[in-house]
Amino acid sequence: MNKIPSALSLGVRRGGLEIRQFARQRESVVFTLLFPVILLVIFGSVFKDTIAPGVTFSQYFVAGMIASGLVNTGFQALAITIPLERDFGALKRLRGTPMPASSYFIGKAILVSVSMVIQILMLLGFGLIFFGVEIPTDINKWITFTWLVLLGSGCSTALGIAFSVVPKSGRGASAVVSPIVIILQFFSGVFLIFTQLPPWMQQIAAIFPLKWLTQGMRSVFLPDSFAGQEVAKSWENGRTFTILLAWLAIGIFFSVRKFKWDRD
Amino acid sequence: MNAIEVIGLKKSYGQVDAVRGIDLSIATGEIFALLGPNGAGKTTTVEILEGFRRRDSGDVRVLGFDPHNEGHAAREWRNRIGIVLQSTSDSGDLTVIETIEHFSAYYSNPRNVEEVINSVGLDEKAGSLIRKLSGGQRRRLDVALGIIGNPELLFLDEPTTGFDPEARRSFWALIEKLRGDGTTILLTTHYLDEAEALADRVGVINNGQILEISTPTELGGRSRAQALVSWRDGDEIKSEATDNPTSVVNRLTAQFNGEIPELTVTRPSLEDIYLAMIGMSHE
Repeated sequence: MNKIPSALSLGVRRGGLEIRQFARQRESVVFTLLFPVILLVIFGSVFKDTIAPGVTFSQYFVAGMIASGLVNTGFQALAITIPLERDFGALKRLRGTPMPASSYFIGKAILVSVSMVIQILMLLGFGLIFFGVEIPTDINKWITFTWLVLLGSGCSTALGIAFSVVPKSGRGASAVVSPIVIILQFFSGVFLIFTQLPPWMQQIAAIFPLKWLTQGMRSVFLPDSFAGQEVAKSWENGRTFTILLAWLAIGIFFSVRKFKWDRD
Repeated sequence: MNAIEVIGLKKSYGQVDAVRGIDLSIATGEIFALLGPNGAGKTTTVEILEGFRRRDSGDVRVLGFDPHNEGHAAREWRNRIGIVLQSTSDSGDLTVIETIEHFSAYYSNPRNVEEVINSVGLDEKAGSLIRKLSGGQRRRLDVALGIIGNPELLFLDEPTTGFDPEARRSFWALIEKLRGDGTTILLTTHYLDEAEALADRVGVINNGQILEISTPTELGGRSRAQALVSWRDGDEIKSEATDNPTSVVNRLTAQFNGEIPELTVTRPSLEDIYLAMIGMSHE
């Protein structure tokens, strides 16, 4: 009798399968990967002003779009697609196999990370070529960028899996999830300049991870001189790290405790 | 040791008692069919055995394991069972062979992927996307995924719903093959002929209780039931219930001096017995 495969190796296999499935759904590929670029084209073409010396709106917007891409491809996509998989009975079938829940979660995390990398490359590429977005050269900024993407993907994946128990059905999931994400995007300074928002909006946004991801991305893509214009007069990257870590823990806790494989 | 051992199983949903004290033993290598109308407690019972639902009380052992438990021991247990659920569908963006290959990786000793595809008759569809399969072909894929792990115990929940008669026959042949390999099978079905063709024993469940467990030929006193001889006499169809149909036929042969017009000799079918048991008339 051979031993049953480890949770990690099955998770990696599930990741490969998830990517293959995702790549074959043309609509979702276009929507998920191209949509941020389309938004960049629209906003970049409309707002051509500089918002601070040496900072174009496009530069500001790219930082926000990468941050909100993490929320879209993780939280939003998973909180919508997992209830669909549950409706199909696909989750119940998985539950009946020796594959553990952790492998399923790892697979989702891999899918989110891979589509995030593609999305970031496309955003930066388009930004660089068409909208004069400047790519940072300081190695420290890239270190910040790396942990932001890793922690942000993890956080977003875990929260998406945790939130997937909220929509009652797959059909209604998008109506529950999308408004939350769009409102958060406005409140967190993705489409609008954060410091120009009313304080109550800023305070609500500060509870959730997207504001911190956005601020963190600004610390990567905007000159350090811009830090003085933030609400706290600094990038607060240490605080960002702590808050994302806390949300990651919350997401994992609820994913493990509350995940639903079956409709009832 | 029995593959399945259930003592005093109870489960209620709010005010509704779905399962009201069930005892059940299924021997290793046996094919057992659980019959019962919708809402009889069939699905609840099977889902408790499969580990999908929790019982309120009673004792349950499936391959010696309490399905209530979780963790690594539950993985080891699931590695030894196969489940074909009533309705499952996938997003359909994978091919048949990709899906079966992927599922085979979940198990420690899976069957050969090509062999499984062949045994469910999907060879020609191996490279097709799932969403291009017909309903019956999808059902065969469900069965393939249920047996890919080479299970000691297989749960089949209405496996042939939506099959055409030919597909049904070849499915039965597959089950016979699994029986030959020593697989224990718990089958639920609405088709009484299927239960009769496949099952060593059948159990009839209604209102959350087992009414009777017996072989298909003996259920409800079927083997002792009277035969019905009927024939045409002039403009009239006559019939006679009897314990000795042969002597009735002999008598009629003499009476008609040869061929008896429109002669039939019938015994109650499993379906007749079953419907009588659950309190429904045939027509």
